[in-house]
Amino acid sequence: MSDQLILTPNIDTPDDFYADLLAAHEGLDKAQSDALNARLVLVLANHIGDRAVLSQALRAAALKEQQS
Amino acid sequence: MNKIFEIPLYPYTHSPDQDASIPVRRKVVVIGAGPIGLGAAIDLAQQGVEVVILDDNDKVSFGSRAICFAKRPLEILDRLGCGQPMVDKGVEWDVGKVFFDNREVYSFNLQPETGHRRPAFINLQQYYFEEYLVDRVRELQAQGAPIEIRGRNKVEAIGTHDDHVTLEVETPEGAYTLEADWLIAADGANSPTRRMLGLDFVGRVFEDNFLIADVIMEANFPTERWFWFDPPFNRGQSALLHKQPDNVWRIDLQLGWDIDKEREKRPENVIPRLRDMLGDKVEFELEWVSIYTFQCRRMEKFRHGRVLFAGDAAHQVSPFGARGANSGLQDTDNLCWKLGMVMAGKAPETLLDSYDVERIHGADENIMNSTRSTDFITPKSETSRIFRDAVLDLSEQYDFARPLVNSGRLSVPCTYDGSPLNSADALDGPSRTRPGSPCPDAPLGDDFLLSRLGGRFTLLTIDADAPDSFEEDGVEVTRLALSVRDDPTLELKRRYLGDCDSAVYLIRPDQHVAARRPGFDETHFRTALRRALGKE
Repeated sequence: MSDQLILTPNIDTPDDFYADLLAAHEGLDKAQSDALNARLVLVLANHIGDRAVLSQALRAAALKEQQS
Repeated sequence: MNKIFEIPLYPYTHSPDQDASIPVRRKVVVIGAGPIGLGAAIDLAQQGVEVVILDDNDKVSFGSRAICFAKRPLEILDRLGCGQPMVDKGVEWDVGKVFFDNREVYSFNLQPETGHRRPAFINLQQYYFEEYLVDRVRELQAQGAPIEIRGRNKVEAIGTHDDHVTLEVETPEGAYTLEADWLIAADGANSPTRRMLGLDFVGRVFEDNFLIADVIMEANFPTERWFWFDPPFNRGQSALLHKQPDNVWRIDLQLGWDIDKEREKRPENVIPRLRDMLGDKVEFELEWVSIYTFQCRRMEKFRHGRVLFAGDAAHQVSPFGARGANSGLQDTDNLCWKLGMVMAGKAPETLLDSYDVERIHGADENIMNSTRSTDFITPKSETSRIFRDAVLDLSEQYDFARPLVNSGRLSVPCTYDGSPLNSADALDGPSRTRPGSPCPDAPLGDDFLLSRLGGRFTLLTIDADAPDSFEEDGVEVTRLALSVRDDPTLELKRRYLGDCDSAVYLIRPDQHVAARRPGFDETHFRTALRRALGKE
């Protein structure tokens, strides 16, 4: 497994994924959606595991340029 | 105002049918002389089937309306003998830009695949599209084809029977009754035919309004598609700028739900909005303004006995992705060869039920895609908006987010996977040419593959032996013998053979693949032909 965060397109059929993501929030109020998102971040972070990659992801999400 | 809107294109003339004491029975009547009705009628006339088009108007559609025509419909128009004038007049574009708030977040080049006669899409006003189709009708008439357009013939009532329909038609000289063996309803999203037959049209209403303004301007904007999310000149909403021929530009401004439509349509309210968008220095003139709302919905079935619905009359989508007129032409492409076969007694009437199966599959795909685009452009909850804005923010810096930006997924033809007309795939070939697929074009020296397919059943052989033709129950299949050497660019090999050394394809009159295998086998292809005609 690479220790480099992937920032190029990496999801098969991205429209299907995005539709699934919105569907997961269907019918939830804002607080419930926020909680779902928090759980989702933690689940995905655990799947990634690699601390170096997670650190890069935190910086990327903050919209700070990646150090290469 | 452009004078094309004012000149009757098919003025009312008296038909002898109006004087008949016993109603005249025509083979096929088409209601609606829009892009879909005209396309259907031309297709039938080219097969030698008698067809009469009735329209309550006598002019082209008012305003530019549908403006984006994709490659597959252009290929269909080539088969109908009128693709070239559309492409000659139309504007081609490859570059799109996406703006968010006050900044450009990224631009993309569609870089269409090479080796196709037609571009990925062109922009062309619907009135030109209709005019060129009417020109083609006139050309066919001059050649003696049995096709007629009756302007200002409004259908007021429809009676359905097992083997025909009756129509009460109102004209400037009074009413008359006409009968037809078959009726094609291509009378648009508000289809009076659908209403007269009491058929439902269920789906989702989107609570939003869009202002379309077509402006004429000598502007320096490049020939690109520009899409804005939440721009300063239309806060919280979206905007689109797209070029058409004759220096006409399509501007589309989202207005939200709670507005006064009549007020927003007035030039004194439209012009300041456009000023904000285009800047003070640009001179422009309004050609057409309209406010629209939309729905995504379809009929439960497109075939109702002898009445066949096509285009917006059968299914309606949001405009994002240009899937309205484009999918409507694919309806008639699918329908007309089947109807021709049934009318000639070469296929059972049940073949027409496969029109329902295949085009409902297409309509559902279009509705899904256009609904997703709409949900991205107009997020329906706070969380949806947060995700949407996050995608746009990320897309400025990171490539991975760009495929998630959805301002319309442009119309591509659907593959009829699972259709009862398909034979099981017997070739380990490319996925894009599996049974049910529309044949992708390929270069053949100075010519292209698609110009040699369509209008009849074809046995395409690539480096394989087969008889020059064979006949099954009165339907003839003719062979098109090719070799990978016919295309030095090897696109024919890549698209039809993949890693195989040879292939034989059975291709339907609408250029969709019915069956394929590595070599010819008489029993296999006779069975495949029977299946493609609804006889298996």
